Amino acid sequence: MTFDMSQFLATFYEESFEGLDIMETELLALDVGEADLETINTIFRAAHSIKGGSGTFGLNDVANFTHVMETLLDEMRDGKREVTQNAVNILLESVDVLREMLSALQAEEELDNERITTVKKKLDDLLAGTSSEGTSSEGTPVASTEKAEADTDTGSGWKIYFKPDEDMLQTGNDPVRMFRELAALGELNSVVDSSHLPEFPLIEPENSYLEWDLTLTGNIKKSDIEEVFEWVEDGCELTITPIASDIVTENNAVPASSAVSEKTSAKKSPAKRKASTETSSIRVSIDKVDELINMVGELVITQSMLSQLGEEENFGENQIEKLKSGLMQLERNTREMQENVMRIRMLPISFVFQRFPRLVHDLSDKLDKKIELVLSGESTELDKTVMEKIGDPLVHLIRNSLDHGIETPDVRIAAGKPETGEIHLNAYHEGGNIVIEITDDGAGLNLEKILTKAKGSGLVGENDKLSDEDIADLIFQPGFSTADVVSDVSGRGVGMDVVRRNIRALGGTVDVKTTTGQGSVFTIRLPLTLAILDGQSVVVGEEVYIVPLVAIIESVQVDVSLVNGITGQAEVYRLRNEYIPIVKLHEVFNINPLHADMKDGLLVVVEAEGKKVALLVDDLLGQQQVVIKSLETNFKSIEGISGATILGDGTVALILDVTGLISISKKNASKVKKLTVAA
Amino acid sequence: MARILAVDDSASMRKMVSFTLKGAGHDVVEAVDGVDALAKSQGQKFDLVISDVNMPNMDGITLIAELRKVASFKFIPMLMLTTESSGDKKQQGKAAGATGWIVKPFNPDQLLATIGKVL
Repeated sequence: MTFDMSQFLATFYEESFEGLDIMETELLALDVGEADLETINTIFRAAHSIKGGSGTFGLNDVANFTHVMETLLDEMRDGKREVTQNAVNILLESVDVLREMLSALQAEEELDNERITTVKKKLDDLLAGTSSEGTSSEGTPVASTEKAEADTDTGSGWKIYFKPDEDMLQTGNDPVRMFRELAALGELNSVVDSSHLPEFPLIEPENSYLEWDLTLTGNIKKSDIEEVFEWVEDGCELTITPIASDIVTENNAVPASSAVSEKTSAKKSPAKRKASTETSSIRVSIDKVDELINMVGELVITQSMLSQLGEEENFGENQIEKLKSGLMQLERNTREMQENVMRIRMLPISFVFQRFPRLVHDLSDKLDKKIELVLSGESTELDKTVMEKIGDPLVHLIRNSLDHGIETPDVRIAAGKPETGEIHLNAYHEGGNIVIEITDDGAGLNLEKILTKAKGSGLVGENDKLSDEDIADLIFQPGFSTADVVSDVSGRGVGMDVVRRNIRALGGTVDVKTTTGQGSVFTIRLPLTLAILDGQSVVVGEEVYIVPLVAIIESVQVDVSLVNGITGQAEVYRLRNEYIPIVKLHEVFNINPLHADMKDGLLVVVEAEGKKVALLVDDLLGQQQVVIKSLETNFKSIEGISGATILGDGTVALILDVTGLISISKKNASKVKKLTVAA
Repeated sequence: MARILAVDDSASMRKMVSFTLKGAGHDVVEAVDGVDALAKSQGQKFDLVISDVNMPNMDGITLIAELRKVASFKFIPMLMLTTESSGDKKQQGKAAGATGWIVKPFNPDQLLATIGKVL
């Protein structure tokens, strides 16, 4: 029977990456010197599983690499080897290499053999170096049914004497089965010696008292016979003698392990894999699935109740009451169902958090700082897509806190703080949002320096009065950096403005609060899911559009005296001290407005990427949650529109993309400028 | 057709073993570790147990020792899936009552061949 092993590969990759994460976490948790045995065991088990699986699925490079790690861990587990910081670091590096190897194999890319060899050498050296006992250097055994044997078949056959120990049956080894196997090799004759059978009352039915003299004739390798008895070689008396000769080989069956390892080099098959199409999958706890099934059950009950009602002949007051309550039940079922289906996409944020202990460990080494990372709220759930996209901004913020927030130990001691700094990563739900806080107990932002810098670069006017919060918020401005020294940790390639932009793209916000000398708190707020959006419905002509609620700053009635027109094309609205470009939605979408006169309309002031525009609409409707349907997959991408949704009455409403609208307004403005220049 | 209890904490190995055995017409019950296997063996009859050795909660050797205490598991074959190249685990397993072992890595054919030895 042959079949396609690749169907198990996806599972293997998935669990291997999980195993690597576990190894990494546990390695970081390992106390050098007095390592916890259970922790080492956990790490060992993960390595062991990866080795076993990779061998089975034909990924021999991975198997060989993991084998060395496993041997090393095995020695640590048995107390034969000390757990040194050096060993932990090399193991961590090996975890990285394995992760790279597996990713490359999964993506069917070339392995970075140079790197693999380098790290493998480190492992080998470590293994060869200080181990107090000899190390096994054999490669991963590759199981084989046929063994390279020195002995030759005799041509005529073998005499076998076999006397099982009394308790052999209790290991599930049955002589009958062995004889059956022998009979498959050649012609078998057996003579039973039952002379050791005790008197009947003394017979223990669970014991074996028999012994056999067997003759096996045919062209048979001795190793094949030994293999039949492989599992019982220590539980019996066994002699195998060639019929033709008198040489007696007494119970010298080759130990399976060494026999197999001889074959290692010969039997290695190149790692062959079928093309695996990478599909992203998600693990859902069985509870969630059960809940859904339960809910579908309720839905079916409601449905059958309603359809029964529909069949009733006389439809009176009573039936209408029932219909109403049925519809209410249906609404509840649908809502619960929606919530639960959404929950399937939710994963605990620990998936993102778990990579940070390693980051902090490595970076604090590099920066010569002592930093402890405290995680809390790891079980807070978040949409998978949001999770994938929040990783990079979080890394950036944490690097920033490590690099610029936490001071070096001597500075901390001088400031009367504990030598070890603390970065606290916390997540929790608040309303329909998930909040992630990154708190450090470092020096805090240097507001004075930020303000000077901002004034210098013209971001802030010389005489502007800014609150501390406003000043702190300046760090999110494009092109703003206070770092005098560009460090290789946080670098200065991407700034905080990119962090804010990425978070905004997810429909979230990021803010900072800082106390000089005591540290800073970065707070990220994200919607729980990207599939649902809190929207404000607005009316333009006959159409309804949805404006994302996060983008809206305020809505005002138009005061015509505050509208400043430039050649009637682009107009700005003076809102308090700001001039905000007006985007007339009916012009953008080329529809007839309800109100010909601007003064009857409303302006919705929205913000994206730090820029504001005022959207002119005819009316505001309610706020509601809408399910986002992609335009790209169903139609095509349109500037100014981010998607569509279906409203309660079945009509389609387009969801406005504020960023896109702002760029439209810019284009209009430049068009106007050109016009005026031309005139 | 036999009824087989397959125990492995690694989902890919478990799937592979279970798929192979089912493909050969056997009835397979899967368990993720020793504790799970003991729970699933309660009041059940099996013709064969195949268990990984290294598992969290309860390892394969302890599982085999525990199962051998149960009357209905006393004489049935129990095989260990092991990558241990040292004889240590095999001997410990034998002492606990294991019938034999299958050395990882193995392919489905080898698995079926080995099972053929004991069924």
